[in-house]
Amino acid sequence: MADPITLTINGRALKVPAGTLVIEAAKKHGIEIPAFCYYEGFTLQAACRMCLVEVEKMGKLQPACTLPAAEGMVVQTESPKVVEARKGMLEFLLTNHPLDCPVCDKGGECELQDMVFRYGAGESRFAEIKHHENEKQWSPAVYYDPARCILCYRCVRVCDEGLGVGALGLTHRGVHAEITPSHGDHLECDECGWCIDVCPVGALTSGTYRYKSRPWEMNYAGTVCTHCSNGCKTTLSVRNGEVIRANNRDRSGINGEFLCVKGRFAFDFVHSEERLQTPLMRKGGKLEPVSWGEALAAVAAKFGEVKARAGKFGVIGSTRTTNEENYFLQKFARQGLGTANIDHHRSGDMVTLLDALKGKTGALATVGDLYTTKAALVIGSDLSQQHPLLAVQLRADYRHHQSSTYVVTSGPVREDQYAAKSLRAAAGEELAAVEALREDLARHDSLVILFGDAIQGETLRKLVAFGDSLGTAVKYVCLVDYANSRGAMDMGLLPDLGPGYQASASAGLSMSQMLGAADLDVLWVVGANPLEDATLASAGAFVVVQDLFLTETAQRADVVLPAASAYEKTGTVTNVCGEVQRLKQGPKVMGVKSDLEIMGLLAKELAFSLGIWTPDKVFEEIRKTVHGYNVPLPVIATGGSAQTMPVNGGVPVAARPELIRSAGDTLFTSGTLGRYSKMLQSVMEAPGELYKQ
Amino acid sequence: MLLNEPHPLEVKVLTRRYQYPQKDAIGIDEYVAKEGYAALKKALEMTPAAIIGEVKKSSLRGRGGAGFPTGLKWSFVDIKSPKPKYIVVNADEGEPGTCKDRIILEHEGHRLIEGCLIAGRAIGSNRGWIYIRGEYRIQIDAMDRAIAEAYAHGYLGENVMGSGWTFHLSTHTGAGSYECGEESALLESLEGKRGNPRLKPPFPATSGAFQCPTIVNNVETYAAVPDIILNGGDWYAALGTPKNGGTRLVCLSGHLVRPGVYEVPLGMPMMTIINEIGGGVWKGRKLKAVIPGGSSSPVLLPEECDIPADYDSLAKAGSMLGSGATMVLDETTDMVKLMARIMKFYAHESCGWCIPCREGTAWLAKILARLDEGAGTKKDIDMVDELAQGMFGRTFCALGDAAAMPAMSFVRKFRGEFEAKIGGARAYVPAPRTQPLVVL
Amino acid sequence: MTFSPELEAKFARMIEQYPQGRQKGALIPMLLFAQDEVGAVTPDVIAEVARRLKVKLVEVEEVIGYYTMLTREPRGKHHIQICTNVSCMLTGGEELFAHAAAKLGIGNRQKTADGQFSLEETECLGACSWAPAMLVNYDFQFVMTPQKLDQLIDSLKKTQ
Repeated sequence: MADPITLTINGRALKVPAGTLVIEAAKKHGIEIPAFCYYEGFTLQAACRMCLVEVEKMGKLQPACTLPAAEGMVVQTESPKVVEARKGMLEFLLTNHPLDCPVCDKGGECELQDMVFRYGAGESRFAEIKHHENEKQWSPAVYYDPARCILCYRCVRVCDEGLGVGALGLTHRGVHAEITPSHGDHLECDECGWCIDVCPVGALTSGTYRYKSRPWEMNYAGTVCTHCSNGCKTTLSVRNGEVIRANNRDRSGINGEFLCVKGRFAFDFVHSEERLQTPLMRKGGKLEPVSWGEALAAVAAKFGEVKARAGKFGVIGSTRTTNEENYFLQKFARQGLGTANIDHHRSGDMVTLLDALKGKTGALATVGDLYTTKAALVIGSDLSQQHPLLAVQLRADYRHHQSSTYVVTSGPVREDQYAAKSLRAAAGEELAAVEALREDLARHDSLVILFGDAIQGETLRKLVAFGDSLGTAVKYVCLVDYANSRGAMDMGLLPDLGPGYQASASAGLSMSQMLGAADLDVLWVVGANPLEDATLASAGAFVVVQDLFLTETAQRADVVLPAASAYEKTGTVTNVCGEVQRLKQGPKVMGVKSDLEIMGLLAKELAFSLGIWTPDKVFEEIRKTVHGYNVPLPVIATGGSAQTMPVNGGVPVAARPELIRSAGDTLFTSGTLGRYSKMLQSVMEAPGELYKQ
Repeated sequence: MLLNEPHPLEVKVLTRRYQYPQKDAIGIDEYVAKEGYAALKKALEMTPAAIIGEVKKSSLRGRGGAGFPTGLKWSFVDIKSPKPKYIVVNADEGEPGTCKDRIILEHEGHRLIEGCLIAGRAIGSNRGWIYIRGEYRIQIDAMDRAIAEAYAHGYLGENVMGSGWTFHLSTHTGAGSYECGEESALLESLEGKRGNPRLKPPFPATSGAFQCPTIVNNVETYAAVPDIILNGGDWYAALGTPKNGGTRLVCLSGHLVRPGVYEVPLGMPMMTIINEIGGGVWKGRKLKAVIPGGSSSPVLLPEECDIPADYDSLAKAGSMLGSGATMVLDETTDMVKLMARIMKFYAHESCGWCIPCREGTAWLAKILARLDEGAGTKKDIDMVDELAQGMFGRTFCALGDAAAMPAMSFVRKFRGEFEAKIGGARAYVPAPRTQPLVVL
Repeated sequence: MTFSPELEAKFARMIEQYPQGRQKGALIPMLLFAQDEVGAVTPDVIAEVARRLKVKLVEVEEVIGYYTMLTREPRGKHHIQICTNVSCMLTGGEELFAHAAAKLGIGNRQKTADGQFSLEETECLGACSWAPAMLVNYDFQFVMTPQKLDQLIDSLKKTQ
């Protein structure tokens, strides 16, 4: 850090590092210099001229957003000249800005409104006809109203610099200047809607939210996105129990304000008309609606009967349900039903990674580490398609810290744009390519290695050995697919491993073994869809499914229990980097119950004593019994994240990499869930392809 | 044939090779026969520092409008920088009233090429571009022919005059934008982008074309360099007045008996230029005002024009020498209409990047159009001045100032005319709706 | 798409003139020269130029909207641009423009029904000392009068 210098702002002597921009120096010391185009983390524009300040010995007013603080500089931010200039800028801005605030989505949370309220003149001298251009729809997600646009270029920058998509530009000039989408009249992009979020006015509006509500009519619930494994914090705007918007404007959470198309728009599955809202039972070969009481009693009776005759259970858990639910499910299976036949859809070889890292501490990277590491190596993943937050973090690290990213993939990826080196390697041959990067990688002080499902078993052990041999601090991210894929493993939804990767008393059947067994008496599926691309060999098995929708698996069920989605419940989830975060209930959907409640009620019917089944109590038990989950409660409770290292020492069983199968989701798919998001289905990019940059 | 009949008061340095009438371009044979490329030969034996030293001594100042000392500008380039260094010629001639560079481009491209070569030698450059406005296709073709000749004769290319030094030069066309005459907007345009100006610093000398050290000068500035090297900086400086070296091309237009482009020494009295060289106000009318340096320079009343025409004297008079475009207005000129037209131009050419210029020029254009139609009020006249002040010095680049300066000077110096147009007869009529954007 | 052999040769030379990896520099000249040959910046031209220079479509869109000489719609065979800026206005540029509009029966930025002529009121053409000035495609006409304009248009009509 450069030596601090002293400058004076409004008569206050402030010490800041040399080179700090005046606008930042002021902000750090609680002095607001208003600005539209200045946006932390992105390139400087000096276009809005709102931040003009008076600097002693400089004739003209200076834009504080591009002026580096210098020793002895004397700045006035509220002098008559500055106040008058600001007032003038706002008057200029309002000349062609339509004053349709009463119907504008942004009304109430508009930066221009706030700015005019605080710094503007009481009246305008403008008496001409306004220049007007009509609103345009760019995509199902994004609408643009050029008349409202104040040309701050935030949208252009987040898209280009932030994401590397660069789908927005500027066209025409003068008062006609406006933002233009990637394909002339429409957008083909990530549809992430970041541009909408950063828009200080109502120029960019969201296809799902526009004209639906006033900001003060909604309740806000800060929870965690339920789609991919990155674990972005998303704030749900809820009105009358319905989610109508998702964003993260307060930049809380590991993702700041970033959300991808799934996080920002694909919450609509919650209110899909296909949502199950009453239990179903097979009667006369057909699934018929029944009461909760009838359904639960039937399931309990069957479970009790099969258990009594020591029949064969199969239990398949979810990659989206909470840690509490996963923990309770395995407890229910192991202690209640007395079976070890429990598994889930595995998408990464976390088991081998943990075993290979035994004896090391701090060897798992956090999302935050991706922004500070000196170097990163991405193996076998189309990161910006599959792990958008991780991709955005690495790109920001490159932009702000000139970090080096190395890529080894089978096809072109977006990271190639700025990667120090990009190598192409066919599946199975990645390690040889990685070896070729040895010298490059060893040069950096810190390195994060991110790898997809191609790296597993022995290959993964070799990768860790390679990392060890570099002589630099290496951290790893095992790229798994879904919101709680990591939690499913940590909580012991594995036939041979209990919570915290402790050896199970006896090894049970894996998912494929359960589906393939001919003598299964009961298959209990909680929030998963294994029959999407497989068949159940046991024709006589009694199938119980807890899910949001009538999936392929649910259609085969004898009893279907309508479950709440992650957005409708509380509990914790663990993201791809092992960071534990808490869900907060937003919307309410009639007729459904959380999986934890369903399991609790079943346990009650069966008179199993599995403990109190509220999320808080179960989490307390997890904290006590699962290694690494003893995370600080205040951090979790206040919406923060805490990383966990769920095992200490080796994993006692052999990993079974043959059971790992990545779902291959893209930005526009989300396993079974994605089918029920109209928004994901409506964008023209859907469903997207990997390695097609 | 653009060149006007020479006038005895002209001092022919830049235009000394021209005949009257000069039909075709001066070809390489004729150019070389008349001392052409002799300055280059001399420069190839000089050190870069010595070249810059001569240019500094010459007091040559940028002929594009800002009048920045050329030698000083060149000295800002770090010749030891490992990056490539570039020469860029600003031939985007667009300041209303200016029509001098086209003559050099069309008739004596070799002079410009030689100037670029010497500049390239001075900063250790191996490549340059001549950015010519798109409407000048004739001039682009003429420059391309001259460049081809220079390549063929070994003045450009991999071994310039056998020196072992490489210098490449090519033309680059603009496509219709006044703003691209601003040097950083020009560089953006050269890189294939919109002509939005860049943040400064860094200045082009540190980060210019393709983010490499670059000098950007006007056509006439480069064209002046060969004679400076050939005859020495002192000789050139002595042609003008202190700190205002040499001769310049003055573009006389408007209500004159003999409008045209003439070469005059810096410091020649403005009234001499207008009355003697330009033949005075046409049709026996009286002089009403002079716009001395392109449409962005503040207008001068006749009594303010008894001054030497050089950078410093014009600045002292509250205006500027600018690009050398002197527009003479006779007593019949409708100053309100003229100002409305000037502002329409700036509103049309504003790139839209920053708020005050984008919104300010458009608003002022509407008010001025209304005043011109007789539908304005006294308050409108005050507002023109106030809004112009609100833009002045607060915009991202100088285009906002260029629009504000004439507006302020017009309403202050000709307020009576603005008030006369109000008349009070017409009811308030808002300005017509902004013309819809037609792409044609 | 491909262009005429002459233009292809010009483009080949042009692309060489910019630093390695910065071939986008050729964007504006390429669009303008392609427009001169094709008649307009058509979607095909946009796609082709973007492909050759390895730039995104939006980067091309940005400049088309910015530069006034670039057009998506073909102009008339004889595109008449009349300057009405200061020097030309002082010497009758506006009258000249009104005369041309009346003579051709079209307004600013319009095209005659037969596609032969289009008219544009333009900003300074850099011919101020020989005002009023105008352009027919790339040919300058200086010190114009309504009479000279009539003769010019009539002779252009004959060459059809």
